[in-house]
Amino acid sequence: MIYNLPFIIVVAMIFIGLFAVIFKRNLVKIVIGITIIESGVNLFLITLGYREGGVVPIFTSAPADVAENAPGSMVLPVPQALTLTSIVIGVAVLALMLSLIMHIYRHYGTLDVRKIRRLKE
Amino acid sequence: MSARNIVAVVMLSVLAVFFILTALMLSFGAPIKYQMDDYIIMHTQNETGTNSAVTTIVFDYRGFDTLGEATILFAAVSGVLMIFRRVKK
Amino acid sequence: MSQMSKIVRTISNIIFPFIMVFGLYVIAHGHLTPGGGFQGGAVAASGCVMLVVAYGSTWIFEKIKVSRLSAFESLGALGFIGVAFFGLIFGGYFFNNFLVKTGILFNIVPETGFTGSEFNTAGVLPLMNFAVGVKVIAGVFAIVVVMAYASSIKEWKQ
Repeated sequence: MIYNLPFIIVVAMIFIGLFAVIFKRNLVKIVIGITIIESGVNLFLITLGYREGGVVPIFTSAPADVAENAPGSMVLPVPQALTLTSIVIGVAVLALMLSLIMHIYRHYGTLDVRKIRRLKE
Repeated sequence: MSARNIVAVVMLSVLAVFFILTALMLSFGAPIKYQMDDYIIMHTQNETGTNSAVTTIVFDYRGFDTLGEATILFAAVSGVLMIFRRVKK
Repeated sequence: MSQMSKIVRTISNIIFPFIMVFGLYVIAHGHLTPGGGFQGGAVAASGCVMLVVAYGSTWIFEKIKVSRLSAFESLGALGFIGVAFFGLIFGGYFFNNFLVKTGILFNIVPETGFTGSEFNTAGVLPLMNFAVGVKVIAGVFAIVVVMAYASSIKEWKQ
């Protein structure tokens, strides 16, 4: 790999998501920005556990030259298991956010963030 | 440009300097702490009888975190069904 | 949403069993290959959502009752917790793997090193995989059916 390239891509994804959350006016675009931030954090968790020249930590019919030094040539498995939980939490939060946006649209008639704050019921 | 936009751009640039310095200082191919993962890879086939290290971490060594994740899925589904309760026909 | 044309409905009828078989394969072989309960549940749920898109949300909401899907999901969660409590009865601690070396069902230990794959291994894990797979399929299907129906009617009862 080129020197530290996945970490720079993680920083770029977090900044694209932050730009969409701060500077956009439509509510759906803000939710898309939150999803992009979550994808960047999941990528960061997986790249923390990479070993140089390693294979997948699964023992079913692996190549034969990995068997000499078994734990030294396998990628760390614990960050991959914790990223699964993080993806499921992202899906749950996204479902609740979208159903609340549907309620807001029925009540106010618009999805502009600057107009929703000013209507008083 | 309004005052809110200028303040936001200044804050984002300060944050960008911190993040890029941290990203360049991390080591990519050589993790620092690997003793727990080496123990898990060596002892997976003896203690649990599985061929896959990732699934036995999710359900056996760290099963309590999977219990919490199942609870979050249940809370999200019941929350969505409760928001749309008055919608009939 | 209304129904799509007859060509779309026929093709989705043909493809739907293949997607479900692939999703159930990924759930069932979770202890041998990459996969498991959550990943296979997402694949099978996307096959069910394809049927919702092809047949229209009003037609599907009349045929499938949401309270039954909610009961399926609770069954999956209770199965997961029940297997963990059986570990407490038979061993000594919560989440004990009580079927590995002394049990009836999944009790062969593979030899160390890089072997082939046997289905009869790995203790309690396939039962937990099935419980979590049922939970994820029922949960995602219920969310999509309710949200698609609620966005297609003109006014809500207030």
